[in-house]
Formats: sequence, structure tokens, C-alpha cells
Amino acid sequence: MSGTVLSLRDLRVTYRTQGGGVPAVRGVDLDIGTGEVVGLAGESGCGKSTIAAAILRLLPAGTTTEGEILLNGEDVLKMTASKLRAVRWAGASIIFQGAMHSLNPVRRIGDQIAEAILVHNQANEREARVRVGALLEQVGLPPRRIDDYPHELSGGQKQRVMIAMALACNPSLVIADEPTTALDVMVQAQVLKLLKELQHDLGLSMIFITHDLSVLVEVSNRLAIMYAGKIIEDGPADLVFHHAAHPYTKALAAAFPEIGDLRFRRKPSGLGGDPPDPQNVPSGCAFHPRCPERVDGVCEGIEPELWVAGENSHAACVHVSGAPAFEGMPA
Amino acid sequence: MSKMPEPIMTEPELTAPVMGEPDPVTPERANRLAWARRRRSLATYWKTFRKSRQGMVGLCILGFFVVLALTAPYIVDLTQIAPATADGPILHPPTAGYPLGTDNFGRNVLSMVVYGSRISLLIGFTATVGAMAIGSSMGIAAGYFGGRTDTILSAITNWFLVLPWIVLAIVLATVNPFHLPDLGNIILVIAITSWAGTARLVRAQTLSVKERTYVERSRALGSGNWHLVTRHVLPNVMPVIYANTVLMVAIAILSEAALSFLGLGPANTVSWGTILQESYDNGALTAGYWWWFLPPGIAIVLVALSVTLCGYALDEILNPRLRDR
Amino acid sequence: MTETLAAGEPLDLGPPVVEIRDLEINFKGRVGFVAGLGGRSAPDAKAVDGVSLTLHEGEVLALAGESGCGKTTTARAIMGLIAPNAGQIFFEGEPLPTSTRALRPYRRAVQMVFQDPTGSLNPRSTIYEIVAEGLRIHKITSGPNGETEEELVARALSRAGMRPPERFVALYPHELSGGQRQRIVIASALALDPKIIVADEPVSNLDASVRGEILALLLKLRDDLKISILIVTHDLGLAWTVADRVAVMYLGRIVEVGPTELVLQHPRHPYTKALLDVVPEAGGISRPILHGEPPDPTKIPTGCRFHPRCPIVASGRAKELGIEDRCTGEDLGLQPTGSENFAACHLVDVNQLP
Repeated sequence: MSGTVLSLRDLRVTYRTQGGGVPAVRGVDLDIGTGEVVGLAGESGCGKSTIAAAILRLLPAGTTTEGEILLNGEDVLKMTASKLRAVRWAGASIIFQGAMHSLNPVRRIGDQIAEAILVHNQANEREARVRVGALLEQVGLPPRRIDDYPHELSGGQKQRVMIAMALACNPSLVIADEPTTALDVMVQAQVLKLLKELQHDLGLSMIFITHDLSVLVEVSNRLAIMYAGKIIEDGPADLVFHHAAHPYTKALAAAFPEIGDLRFRRKPSGLGGDPPDPQNVPSGCAFHPRCPERVDGVCEGIEPELWVAGENSHAACVHVSGAPAFEGMPA
Repeated sequence: MSKMPEPIMTEPELTAPVMGEPDPVTPERANRLAWARRRRSLATYWKTFRKSRQGMVGLCILGFFVVLALTAPYIVDLTQIAPATADGPILHPPTAGYPLGTDNFGRNVLSMVVYGSRISLLIGFTATVGAMAIGSSMGIAAGYFGGRTDTILSAITNWFLVLPWIVLAIVLATVNPFHLPDLGNIILVIAITSWAGTARLVRAQTLSVKERTYVERSRALGSGNWHLVTRHVLPNVMPVIYANTVLMVAIAILSEAALSFLGLGPANTVSWGTILQESYDNGALTAGYWWWFLPPGIAIVLVALSVTLCGYALDEILNPRLRDR
Repeated sequence: MTETLAAGEPLDLGPPVVEIRDLEINFKGRVGFVAGLGGRSAPDAKAVDGVSLTLHEGEVLALAGESGCGKTTTARAIMGLIAPNAGQIFFEGEPLPTSTRALRPYRRAVQMVFQDPTGSLNPRSTIYEIVAEGLRIHKITSGPNGETEEELVARALSRAGMRPPERFVALYPHELSGGQRQRIVIASALALDPKIIVADEPVSNLDASVRGEILALLLKLRDDLKISILIVTHDLGLAWTVADRVAVMYLGRIVEVGPTELVLQHPRHPYTKALLDVVPEAGGISRPILHGEPPDPTKIPTGCRFHPRCPIVASGRAKELGIEDRCTGEDLGLQPTGSENFAACHLVDVNQLP
């Protein structure tokens, strides 16, 4: 089965707060094909975690979501409550950040994993238990731990349990929201390796959301970089990381230097200023106040789109090859 | 595998709001500005408080009683509330001249209730201040110092918590260990029997504040315990203390009523509790002299209610997450 | 000092400022109340189990390792916040006193920057009060050249990059961004003219694009004011960016220490090599990854404490080289591997690389 598993069309999400509406996502288009891993990178306030929650309609009450979220062809935003419940977990599942808090401390892990299977009526209790044992093996945990409580597991093991839970109902799409951020580097490497193997063996499609760009290059086929609620660059992972077209991506990549690269010795790389507050997004190109390649007179007035920047890659910057010529641009 | 991008460094842009022509940095100016900001944040608190209907209702009722208590000596005819000089008809239901009727001495019940607000509110507020002072000190000391100090202080706190307060109150009120005048004794008794709940709350909050990084940083700077407690722990425990104080007032007033009802209240004074006591002793409940026991009872309930409503509103201010529910 | 050094060139280190020798810090084992009454006791956690380290003047030293290795505890001991169970700490040649009163002048000279910039600032204090707090605690009313408190505060803010300082003094922490808050923490440390700054994961809570300016600030402070900086981190990329020397810790011991170029490009200890292997980079995770979790400090293995997870032992290479018995049976300290490098590994004796 090939095709597009997830398709976001002009997704806009606005939170409701005391101070008014906060536009966290301001028009995002994204496609994920079968068996593809798309990395979604960005810093605080860029909207990436909002997208993760939006796909399964897990946003707080009062949040407005516009646009289309097509999961296997069906628009999640238009689903009825019962269809939505069926889709949650069986259509797409989520691996959360901070597994320690996502597990119920007073229930055995086997029961918690089985819960998803039972809720979706995919098996009876006995069959579910067998399936849970198989899942635990798949994620590298001995099946005899099926009756352990969360506090008997280490951080890395708990994250593996979360992965097993996410796979329990054979979803077509797995959303991984910062799955390795709270872990030690060695455990992080183990979990990443596991995710790669599972993705390969099961043909999973994945969205991998993180702020750590170097991790994404390891696991993703394609990268999408977000800034202030929009995607500002996308393309093949290797290309985007090593030959970034957008100045923000360049700066973000430079913040994760390669050990051994003498150019970064005692030369920290970073941008002045801060990621913009979603309530106060700068005019024109949202990145222009911090951009080292800003063209005064042009960038604060233009709303850039994802123009072609290279083979299969796009960037929302006036400097890329596919951008139209604007008045005031240097020749 | 191609090379990684070059390091990039841009000058940080300072995004602080400009406040007119910057004056030289002085502690006085910083102080003045700090006070101006505190006033502004108080104004924000007030605005939020005003939005809460519960809070405003509570505040109005409480304000009404406070004004009543303060103006009582000027609006009440004192002769009408002393048994010797009262000249109203005995146990008469409400009439034009006596809107709340009279009691067994012919005293004007309305005047009694108005005048009694003074003592009831005085006892309520003073005892609360006392209870808060004891409770906060015990709670902060236990939470901050930990170890054996905590064990001992918590044991004392728990002892007071577990002891039936009415028994303790009766004993203390009767024995009057410090030979205080009646009023003082009652205030002390209520303070002593109510501080324990506050202490537990304050201890919990102290434990949480103590672990915060800015406390550790201050310790790393070399500060001593006094500095840490007064500059860092106390200001961040105060919100909990404020919220609790407001609720304590209700408890104190109810306690005074209960103690006076039992005959342990300040003798020869008019308070809502003593009115209730006298009405009960004279069989008002069975005989149906409702104008005698209902008004003080309602007054007590109203004050306790008003204070609780204010407490809810304060809670919303201090815990913004509750506001959106 | 911004020239890059090729591997092998000796570092130009100043005189030692802080030296710790054979430091040991244990945390008592905890048992439930009833079990304790029954006479049971739990083993102590040896958070720091024999650490010797020297921090030189004007040096940036990175203390690296995973969680539970003891790096934060070591940093706290250097700060004087934890009393060691054994070993000594020397400051400018003199051993540290034990009483709180006598430690005060030391507390001035050593300042700490914590991981969480938001939690480090009292939300109810203004920026002025935060930066001046250290001065007030130490009752410093005037600077060495007669500066007033306000001038000292202004100078500290300027040095931390908050210019002009007048704009910031009346603000509250919640009105600043994450990077600015960390600058305020650094400013409050600078107000006391410290000789050493101990930074515990100073940028890991900040956004990636903001980290650079804080790291550049630390380097600038080292260059301009000759402040020694001890950075505790799990991120070897950070060490590569700013550190002169790196000390890698495992289970309460330093397993390798030396100039950054040497340690991170030519590691001599298998653990260092394993950490470097898993730093994410394009190419796939096909390199060997250590099994298991960071170990339990209450159950320290015999012999070399890394041997249960060591790839050299697991692959049989240790046996081939004839050192396996020593790996499992003989505990060892840091062995010199060159003029500046030390590694606690039996491979050094047989002159092999991991």
C-alpha cells in the first residue's frame, strides 16, 4: 500500500487565552507518505507540539482549528466523535515526551499497554496479553516484565513501554513528540536505534518532533523546519541539514556542531534575540529581526512562501533560487 | 558527506521596554520603581478581584459589617443594650420602634446585634492574626530547618490538630492560665486552638519553596538563614498565608460564637455569641422568640460566608489556572 | 585565547585556582521506617568515589558524563555546598575551612550558574535586587575603587551584556526571555568579582539558537576577566565548542581527562569513545552502542568499574590482549597517556587504543 498517510492542508490553530487568541500554527502544509519519516524541528513557540496534538484533536477546549488534516484520506477535523475515538490510536498514535509522567503509577505496564488493544476491541483479554508480550519483545524488553509497575523500570525502559503502547493497535502513523529529550545520550541512542529498526521492520510512517536537529538527521527521510507557526524550510534530511537554504536553518544547524570541526572550536554559534512570542509575531517574514541575511526594505514587508530552493527542497526566503524577484533586492 | 555550515554569530538585540530617558541606576530609583510596580500589580489584583462576582459580594457584605462595627458606638443608643437601663417591653416581637424586637430585659435586639458586631469582629480578626502568626512561624521553621526541628515542631502541630478543639478551648477558657482579662483570654484560646491547620499548610508550601533554584542560588551566594527566610521563603509563602488568613476569620468568628454560647465568652459584654447564649438560656428556641436568636445567627453566618467568598476570589487571583474554568 | 590548537600542542595553563584531591561524597542509603527499626540498612550511594581535579586560572574545564556519574555533586562540593566525606579541597593553595562563617570569603570567589534560568530568579524581586543581592549578603557597600553599590550593579549588568543597564533594573524576571534571564544570573554572579564560575548545564534549558550568545559570553568573561569556568554538561558538543580541557566522569570517578582536542578526537578510554560514537550525526546509528542504563552508585562493580559495560571486554579483545583479569579484578586510577592526558583504563598499559 503506497500513498499519503497524512496530509495537512493550510492548518491553522489558535489557542484561546485571557489575552485574546494566540495563533500557534499559521498555515502549515505537510505530506507524509507510507513508510516515510518526517522530522519536524523548531524551538519554543514554533507550533510543532501543537501540530502533534492537533492531528488527533487533543487540543484544549476552545481552541480553533482550521484547514484540513487528512489521515488516510479522511479529514480528522470533520470526524464524528465515535469515528475519532476509533481513529485515535488505531489510525495514529503518539509517543509523548517525558514518559515518566505518561504512565499510570498504580497500574502494571502490561495492563496499560493492553488497555489500548481492549478499548479498540481488537482482542479479548487473553489474546491481548499475548500481543503485549510480543510487543515488549519487539521493543527490547523481556516479556516477563509485563507485570511490573512503572517505578520498577528505568527511564529508558519506560520510554520503550511508551513505544510499545504506541504500536499496540497497528497504527498507520506514529507521532513521536520529543521522545528522547529527557533521556541520557546512551539511552537516547538506544531508543533512536529501536525506532529506526521498528520503522523499517513494520513500515511505519512517523512524524518525529524535536528541537534537536542532529537527532533528526539520524532518523528522518525528510526534514521540515518550523518558525513562528509556519514551515520555513523542507526537503531531504541530509540536504536541509548540510546545505540549508534558509538562514534560520543554517543558524539552527550551526548550534549543533560536529566534534572535530575546528572551525567551531571556541566559536559558539547562535542568533541574537529570541524565538518570537506567538502573540507578537513580527511583520512580513517572521524571522527578519534576527536574520543575518536580512534585506532591509524587503523582508519586513514580504510574506515569504515555500519557494523552490533545491532538488525537492523548499525554503521561505527571498534569497532562494525559486523566489520571485522583489523590488529592493540587490542584483 | 559535505561540510557542516560555518559558525554564525549575530549581535544580541536587547528587547527591553524603554522607559523614558534612563536615569542613573540608584537604589532609590530602583526602589521607587519597585513600589510603583507593586502598586500596579496590586491594581491588577484588584481588577481581577472585581471581576469575580463571588468576591465582590463577599467583600460588600464584609465591608458592611466592618462599617457597622466601627460606627456602632455612634448609632446605637447605649442605654438600650444594658439590662439595667433598657426600657423596652419584655420579649416583644418586632415593631416599628424595635425592628428586631426585644429580649428578656427589654433590650433592643437590633441595637444589640449592631453593637455586638464590634466584639465579634474584634475577636475574629485579632484571634486570626494571632493564629496566623503562630501557625506561620511554626510552619516555616519546621519546613525550612527540617530534620529534628521539623520532627519536634510537626509533632506539636499534629498534637494540636488532633486534640478536639472544643475540649481544649473549654479547659483553657476556664483555667485562664495567664490570668488575662476575659476578652484577651478568649482571643488567646481561639488563637491557640486554630493555628495548627495553618502550620501544616505553611510547612508544605515552605518545603516546596525551599527546593527552588533561587533559594539554592542565594545559599550559594553565601546568604545566611535569616536572609533566606525573610527575602526568599517568606515572600513566596505569603500568598498561601493570605488565602488561609481570610478563611481563618470565619473559623475564629464561629469559634467565638460557640464559646460564648457555652458560657465561656467574655462576661458582661455584648457579642453575637452571648446574645445567642442568653436567648437559649431563656428558652427562646422552644418558646419561639425567633427575633432574638435568628438575627445574631444570621449575622454570624453572613460574615463567615462573606469571608469565604472573598477567600475563593483570592484563590483565583493567586492561582490563575482556576480563572478560566 | 581564541586561536585553535591542533591536537598535541601543550596548553598554556595558568596557576591552579581550585584543586580537589581524592574527594569522596556518599549519600546515605534510605530504608523505610519499619525496616530501619528492624535493623536493616541500605547501602550508601557513592556519588563521588575518589576524584582529583585541578582547575587553573583562566581555564574553561568541562566536566562531562551521564546522569548519576557524580559531576553535579562534584561541582556542588567545589562550591562548598556539600561537605565531603573524605578528601580535600584547596583554594589558591589553602585547604577550605569547614564552618559556614569561614567559608564566606570563598563563597564570594566561587559563583554558580544553574540549569534553569527561570527558577534561579526569585519572581518577586526586581532585577536590581537580584543583582545586588550578593553584594548585600556580603555587606559590600563600595567597590575596590570606591564604586557605589549602584555602580557595581550597573557594571555587572554591562559585563553580562545587558546594555544599557538602566533599562533593566526595574523589570521583573517574567518580563525577560530565557537568554536574558540567564544573563541576569551571570550578572548577579559577576557582581561579586568571582574568580571561578561553576556552570551546571548553563544552556540546556535554552533554545538552540540562543545558546550561542550565552556560551560566547562565558568565553568573553574568561578572556577579559580571567575567570576560571567549570562547566558541568552531558553534551560533548558543548565541550568541543568552549572547553580547554575535558574531564569525563563515570560512576563517581574521572575516567579520562586532558585537552579537548585530544580527548574528543583521540579518546583513550572506551567509555569516552562510546559517548563520542553516539553523538548524533548523519550516517545512521550503526556504531556500537553500550547496553544497559547508567549504573547504580550503590552497587559499584569490582575491578574497573566500567568493565560490565565495556565493549573491549564484551568483544573479547581484552582477553586477546591479556588484560581481562585486570579489568575484572583490579581497580585503577588515572594513568598518564601523554604529557597532558590521563585515562583510567588498562589498555593504556598495553599501549592500545579503544
